[in-house]
Amino acid sequence: MEPFITITGVAAPLLRADINTDAIIPMRWLVTATRDGLGKGLFSEWRYRPDGSEDPEFVLNQPLYRAAGILIAGANFGCGSSREHAPWALLDFGIRCIIAPGFASIFYENCLKNGILPVVLPLIDVENLASRQRGALTVDLVTQSISDADGRIAAFELEPSRRAALLEGRDEIDDTLSHAEAIAVFQARDREQRPWVWGGNNRKNEFR
Amino acid sequence: MSSAIDLMISAMHARTLFDKLWDSHVVSELGNNRALIHIDRHVLHDLTSPQAFDGLRRAGRGVRNPELTFAVQDHLVSTERGRTDETVPGGAALIRALRDNARQSGIPLFDLGDPRQGIVHVVAPEQAIALPGMTLVCGDSHTCTVGALGVYAWGIGTSEVEHVLATQTLVQQKPLGMRVCFDGRLQAGVTAKDMVLYLIGRIGIGGATGHALEYAGAAVRALDMEARMTLCNMAIECGARTALIEPDDTTFAYLHGRAYAPVGVAWEQALAVWRTLPGDAGAFYERDIVLDASEIAPQITWGTTPHDVVRVDGRVPDPAQLSSNSERAVIQRALDYMGLTPGAPIEGLPVHRVFIGSCTNGRLPDLREAARVAHGRHVASGVRAMVVPGSMKVKRDAEAEGLDRIFIEAGFDWREPGCSMCAGLNADKVGPRERCVATSNRNFEGRQGVLARTHLASPAMAAAAAVTGKITDVRRMLS
Ligand code: SF4
Repeated sequence: MEPFITITGVAAPLLRADINTDAIIPMRWLVTATRDGLGKGLFSEWRYRPDGSEDPEFVLNQPLYRAAGILIAGANFGCGSSREHAPWALLDFGIRCIIAPGFASIFYENCLKNGILPVVLPLIDVENLASRQRGALTVDLVTQSISDADGRIAAFELEPSRRAALLEGRDEIDDTLSHAEAIAVFQARDREQRPWVWGGNNRKNEFR
Repeated sequence: MSSAIDLMISAMHARTLFDKLWDSHVVSELGNNRALIHIDRHVLHDLTSPQAFDGLRRAGRGVRNPELTFAVQDHLVSTERGRTDETVPGGAALIRALRDNARQSGIPLFDLGDPRQGIVHVVAPEQAIALPGMTLVCGDSHTCTVGALGVYAWGIGTSEVEHVLATQTLVQQKPLGMRVCFDGRLQAGVTAKDMVLYLIGRIGIGGATGHALEYAGAAVRALDMEARMTLCNMAIECGARTALIEPDDTTFAYLHGRAYAPVGVAWEQALAVWRTLPGDAGAFYERDIVLDASEIAPQITWGTTPHDVVRVDGRVPDPAQLSSNSERAVIQRALDYMGLTPGAPIEGLPVHRVFIGSCTNGRLPDLREAARVAHGRHVASGVRAMVVPGSMKVKRDAEAEGLDRIFIEAGFDWREPGCSMCAGLNADKVGPRERCVATSNRNFEGRQGVLARTHLASPAMAAAAAVTGKITDVRRMLS
């Protein structure tokens, strides 16, 4: 995973509440065996008209926001499905940070696992950020702050171990494998205490 | 005095079902309410797993516990009779990828043609892959369906699928507790689907975010297992991390004798443990909601989130009645998408499509409910209606009862099991601006097809719409 330390970029406002993963990337784009190239399906129902042309009204089609690296979104962003294609599509488009009053929980996890920083701020602060018209924003995970050319605008917090993992771009599986012994101990004890769990998928099994 | 203190002390130690599930699966405490949690069952499907196996291969890792892992083809499969791997462009490659990955890793696969094939969340309880007291994950948000058995079950992303394959664990933040009590008794013609739509209408689609939602109360206890699964299935639609129901004799009777359920001494041993799972008296929930089940009428969604729901005898909202500008814009947008007149009654709207199936309402009792309405009637002209059993077992059982005959004679299409029109991924799609009454769980813009207009309702309500050609209060058809 690519580390997230700080980014400076244009922030596209998309303040609708409850934007779901079907809107972020409709189902039909999911029929793929890779993680790459999903950016063209990002918000496709809103970005393109039925004839396939771009809808100039949609924020990411406006010249100012085509290269947006930050998305400012409404409450409960990413609700709906568990599809990781949603953060993959955002990432492929170039979004590394989403600022919103709140996120759906599976989507939030999926962002962190893909090097996207989800920032939770009070609605009023999010609205203020969205309404400002001036230049790029800098989101700094080291200082946990958001600023523009004129200085600091807002502070945010991320749970410390997640912050560390993002800053280092750490592989979470490696982290977990450092607990390999604890996993082995747990499983050995569990086989004794709940043998029926371990009959598992083999029907000529221990519990017969 | 002392009894008050005793009560306090016992309340401090009193644990909910969820607390017990959490505590018994902690491998390592990680601080800040986070822990490494053991995963007892991992279920894979065709849509979200190939990238996870790729990741494993790239890192040179294997599958740690294939004996705790199962796989099933469901999302992309065709529902045509005599189907093959061929489905939508690109789909067959994913179906074959799952087949190859499962074979190479020693994971049993309920493949096309297997009598156990079906929608993952229908199959897991039906084959007793999920058992009370377990943790279960799957790369699909409706995994919480399985919580109806007293399982801590939740949906995960593909990176987490890879994590579980490699380590049989996941890092989790402990969710807060939330209990929703449905007191009283349901009226005739009202089902678990109506209960959960009613709940979402009350609390909103972010209403349970960050919580483990436990259903309780007399009206829940009275439901059969399949209906309890419907209730848990849609908990994700109000943002719940997982959904749960305390296991009881209904649960145990449902599981007994199923394919992967323990037998003999092992069954007795398991049962003794399962009986200790329900919450202790005085256990604490961060949120507690009480609803009166007897007040619930058949529900149907009008808009583009499951929160946009009304009683079937109600009216769609009128934005002019709202004070907030932003709310007005949201409602107007949904009305426009759905092609609705502000303030109009929902009943009587003409429909083009009806879909009965999905992991929400594709089980045997759901098909029975729909068949009861369809029996002796015929699908209205201009309507295409489709019944997609949730699994091969549901299909076989339904055919043994003659439900297929009832549907076919009434002009419904009787299909092979899969996600079908719930996901709009295979060929089963709703056309642009077509109105569909569906028993599935999501009415999002474009979910069932580009510009498709979806109204979510119970199987009986869907069947009523099919035979009348319009949204109809099913209660009138049952009397
Ligand atoms: S039936 Fe629908 S909701 Fe259920 S697993 Fe399939 S696509 Fe997901």
